[in-house]
Amino acid sequence: MSTVLIVAETTGATLNPSTAKCVSCACEIDDTGADVVVFGNSVAAAASEAAGINGVARVLTVEKPEHEHALAALLAPELAELAADYDYVLGPSTTFGKDLMPRVAALLGVSQVSDIMAVDGPRRFKRPIYAGNAILTVEVPANQTVVATVRVASYSAAETGNSASVESASPSAEAPSHTRFVELKSDVGERPDLQSARVVISGGRGVGSSDNFEILYKLADKLGAGVGASRAAVDAGFVPNDMQIGQTGKIIAPDLYIAFGISGAIQHLTGIKDAGTIVAVNKDPEAPIFEIADIGLVGDLFEIIPELEKRLG
Amino acid sequence: MEKILVGLKRVVDYNVRIRVKPDNSGVVTDGVKMSINPFDEIALEEALRIKERGEANEVIAVTIGPADTQQQLRTGLAMGADRAILVETDGDIEPLTVARIMLKLLEKENPGLVLLGKQAIDDDNSQTGPMLAALWGRPQATFASVLKLSGDTAQVTREIDAGLETVEIDLPAVVTSDLRLNEPRYVKLPDIMKAKKKPLETIPLAELGVDATASLQTISVEPPPVRAKGVRVSDVDGLVAALKDKGLLN
Repeated sequence: MSTVLIVAETTGATLNPSTAKCVSCACEIDDTGADVVVFGNSVAAAASEAAGINGVARVLTVEKPEHEHALAALLAPELAELAADYDYVLGPSTTFGKDLMPRVAALLGVSQVSDIMAVDGPRRFKRPIYAGNAILTVEVPANQTVVATVRVASYSAAETGNSASVESASPSAEAPSHTRFVELKSDVGERPDLQSARVVISGGRGVGSSDNFEILYKLADKLGAGVGASRAAVDAGFVPNDMQIGQTGKIIAPDLYIAFGISGAIQHLTGIKDAGTIVAVNKDPEAPIFEIADIGLVGDLFEIIPELEKRLG
Repeated sequence: MEKILVGLKRVVDYNVRIRVKPDNSGVVTDGVKMSINPFDEIALEEALRIKERGEANEVIAVTIGPADTQQQLRTGLAMGADRAILVETDGDIEPLTVARIMLKLLEKENPGLVLLGKQAIDDDNSQTGPMLAALWGRPQATFASVLKLSGDTAQVTREIDAGLETVEIDLPAVVTSDLRLNEPRYVKLPDIMKAKKKPLETIPLAELGVDATASLQTISVEPPPVRAKGVRVSDVDGLVAALKDKGLLN
């Protein structure tokens, strides 16, 4: 019997890549594998995806109409109930997990470890604090269920090829009616998801306008890249909030990250530190982003982007 | 509603360059500028705007910490909070303990709404809001960028990874603020003077009967690994060559 329970994150009918990253973390804690619970209204597709992840021992499904949209207040009592059979309960450090897991921890009466970036021992974990400017190592006492979120940028997705069993579970906790889903507005783009893209390019205040972001989109399409932005660009209304990268936005770990017109506030750098190679293009040679960049190019992004695009053929 | 309760945390100012102590026991906070956690400032601003629209009568600012934390409460009062409560403790306390302490205050004050920041920029835990909502048995709406009250319910737009999600919650509830909820006002000098006369109640932690012993043990705090120094290229040719060299372009 597995000691780790992971709560799956779903995007529509499919499994979010954050789940396979949590499995990688779980395997460092317990190499016999983890159970994954999938909540939703109709979860067959997501459950079978989860069953295919190497390191998954068993998939549990909880199907209820009220779980059509993941609401922490509804999921937490059920997840807390299922947690009774496990020593560890993990969720991703995405907005889904950040909303849900502390509610579960409080119901269980235990502290939470946020953003596990490394497993140092069965109950010892490393996590970033102060926007990644310090790394804290904490130990959870032996008599407590470990409730934690996994920093998805620190883990690569576990491979697939498995065929774990899928069973339905029926926690008895009653779902509260005090929280109701109204709507979700998302820009359904064709571009890769920021948190799993191999290449990400992003723009900052220097891009200047929403229209100007078009040249980044064109370049991204040539590179097969995801497109992100700094807080300044989001605050200025150039792009929607779900493109924000940084301490309070998305933390990403692509193989290649190219920042255009981003000066590099410490809060932004937090979001990109795990990228394999960081490229910075900025007019200002003193911009702090150059301190962290592997490749720096001082110049005007409006000249450099079209030239780079041309070079990519 | 009668009351809104807002949590303010004292943190190292966001402009301070963080230094880890040589003995790896924590980060240097002595002699460092301290401020209200920026997300909490946004939470307070939202509470004040709700009151100014006539949808609440009183805004109470709450903090938990050593006596010095009064400075941040005075700033909160200068922004416009009506009164303040300091739960006095020594040293750091965990989010679950914060939630347990806040719960005691909620039971006493019965607010219609609790506004908190979505995370504190020191420990980056992002836990207190949902924990408090769970212990209180009430709804939570985290990462709020729009908050609209209507009678006994609130509609909250949340900034989530997939975009903007709107939920409707029954009140009372806990709402945590994201960056774009509002832009906090600047405090003016006359307001600072006025704030000195506003009530600030200090409650020793022991009086609330909450055990503040940390359950997680800090083993060490270290500086992050340093990235190797990068190179500068002078043009797009140089950039393309460098990327090819690393195998990132064909």
